[in-house]
Amino acid sequence: MSASISSLRGFAGRRPWVATTVLLALPATWFVVFYLAALVSLFVSAFWQVDSLTGDIVHVWTLDNFRLLLSEPTYRHVALRTVFLAASVTLTDAVLAWPFALFMVRHAGTRTRTALMAAVTVPLWCSYLARVYAWRLILSHDGALNWALHVLHLPDQKIAYTNWAIWLVFSYLWLPFMILPVAAALERISPTLLEASADLGASEFTTLRRVLLPLAVPGLVAGSIFTFSLTLGDFITPMLVGGAGSDFIGNVVYASVGVANNVPFAAAFAVLPLLVMAAYLLLARRLGAFEAL
Amino acid sequence: MHCRGKLKMHKKEEVRLVGRAAPPDPRLSFACTQIRTAAIVILLASTAAGAQEMTAIGPGEGALNVVAWEGYMQDDWAKPFEQQTGCKLHHKYAGSSDEMVALMRQGGGGLYDLVSASGDASLRLIFGRNVAPINISLIPAWKDFVPDLQSPSFNTVKGVHFGVSYEWGPNVLLWNTDKIKPPPDSWAAIYNQANAGQITVPDNAIQIADAALYLSKAKPDLGITDPFELTQSQMDAVVALLQQQKALLKKYWSLASDAVDLFRNGDAAIGAAWPYMTNTLRDAGAHVAETIPREGATGWADSWMLSAHAQHPNCAYMWINFVTTPHVQAQQALSFGETPANTKACADMDKLAAGSCAKYHADAPADYFKRISFWKTPVRQCGNGESTCLDYSAWQQAWQLVKG
Repeated sequence: MSASISSLRGFAGRRPWVATTVLLALPATWFVVFYLAALVSLFVSAFWQVDSLTGDIVHVWTLDNFRLLLSEPTYRHVALRTVFLAASVTLTDAVLAWPFALFMVRHAGTRTRTALMAAVTVPLWCSYLARVYAWRLILSHDGALNWALHVLHLPDQKIAYTNWAIWLVFSYLWLPFMILPVAAALERISPTLLEASADLGASEFTTLRRVLLPLAVPGLVAGSIFTFSLTLGDFITPMLVGGAGSDFIGNVVYASVGVANNVPFAAAFAVLPLLVMAAYLLLARRLGAFEAL
Repeated sequence: MHCRGKLKMHKKEEVRLVGRAAPPDPRLSFACTQIRTAAIVILLASTAAGAQEMTAIGPGEGALNVVAWEGYMQDDWAKPFEQQTGCKLHHKYAGSSDEMVALMRQGGGGLYDLVSASGDASLRLIFGRNVAPINISLIPAWKDFVPDLQSPSFNTVKGVHFGVSYEWGPNVLLWNTDKIKPPPDSWAAIYNQANAGQITVPDNAIQIADAALYLSKAKPDLGITDPFELTQSQMDAVVALLQQQKALLKKYWSLASDAVDLFRNGDAAIGAAWPYMTNTLRDAGAHVAETIPREGATGWADSWMLSAHAQHPNCAYMWINFVTTPHVQAQQALSFGETPANTKACADMDKLAAGSCAKYHADAPADYFKRISFWKTPVRQCGNGESTCLDYSAWQQAWQLVKG
């Protein structure tokens, strides 16, 4: 065994391209077959149609799917709702994560810091579905939140099964994905820069605004890639906590595949978040987010 | 033009082959589609003649994969079945007929062996060649079925059985008796501003028929005679009503358990539901009541259908035989709140719950049968000879547009 490995090593050592090929073959195959091929077949099938009687895919090139998407205001509303909520969730998480990460990295002692880090990551160990259902129980008419409001003699909240509920649950779900990269970015800022800022007479607030915040932007943008793309592609949370008129792009895609068996139309609609994310990633790269990952 | 000439000939042939049950699908824009449809029908007939159906039930394969309505695979009868036959059950609950059709077509059709298809899914499965003929002589309970359900047009084509009838029942108006007073007796209640914010209806394109049924009585000048046969102008009126309703809704429910949660947690107080939810909610101590409103109701008649690519056909036949026995028929009927196909189930129903046979009209179904507009797949043919009605893909699109 070890002899064969060392002989292989010797062989590869003499021919470096062999080692490179062996190393890269598996990930490259994986990337081409499962990633690129899937994307290409998605894109290609967006130009086909389905025979409504037999459910077979008709391989005739047509732009009908895209025409329907663009001409029907409902699909525009669905797309705008999805992008708007994804942006709102991202903004909310950025606002919440920034002070939290700052305190965790810059001000908390070692033990507090460990405890906070655990508090951020522990929910990730729990099933996504369990957490969404928990929110459903909290927000429902006879749920925990209304019970608490009732005890405090406050009026009932009515956000269960609305877009507000979707926003709240998404903001909760993806918050750790914003906190972690922001904390990492803040941690990387050298203390000497802060000392220099203080030596030059800047107040704490000025240092925060002109040194810490700009240097943490790549972390914020990196986190926003997670919060934005995770919200953009989700369909379970809108299905479980959304109300009437809460469909996301993912819900229409899910219904087109799982209910109407219309894969081509689903593929056409799925191209949209792909384009949105591509534009977003290009922007993120310009803001230096990839160095913060 | 070449295609059109042929089309007429094939159309005639098709009608002769399968009669009323097999309307061609003329939705697709390109001209030759109907020829293909006709070809499928001919192919279908030849498949049936080729008698691929089973001649005897062999030993079980040890497993059975089932797509069913929620509540159709309860432990009360699923566990005894597994013990008796050694067929391990794996089930997937579907929330709509569309989902059932999609599941039976996924992955080339070999993923599931059986499906409990309603009348609006069964023909799509038959013409999609997704289901196999069933040898009815291997189903001893069949001779005890209600005559209307032995060879109904939605599961039997040209004398070939593609499904075995199971149970049938109405979609009911369900409400919370503490919050909704006096008891409603019209579907108007789920379109009424007074109930805003506490209404729920199924997330299902066939729900359009419920609104159409209501409009057929509330606005007779629209001329709706069959809630599954709607012209464009009738559909526009129905969609307008549904869009008004959307503003009053708490949620479109997609799984039966969703609807139960909504009522149990006080989020919804009235809605369109199945008797299954009434029973489940009452078991949980909720104060609910149900009715078939004075406009009548839509309903379902379900059949067990065998996948054309079933991996476990012997277990599938064993399951059909097991669940069509009077005892399981009665258990299923009471658990879901529906009516069994097997007339012998009446005694078992009364044994399980006194008076239940009469309650579910299992003893005299003919009159009750007429109050229900059974789910069927909308097609272009209106039933009055005209071809101006909207087909199901138009319904699905209209539904997505209503939901927004």
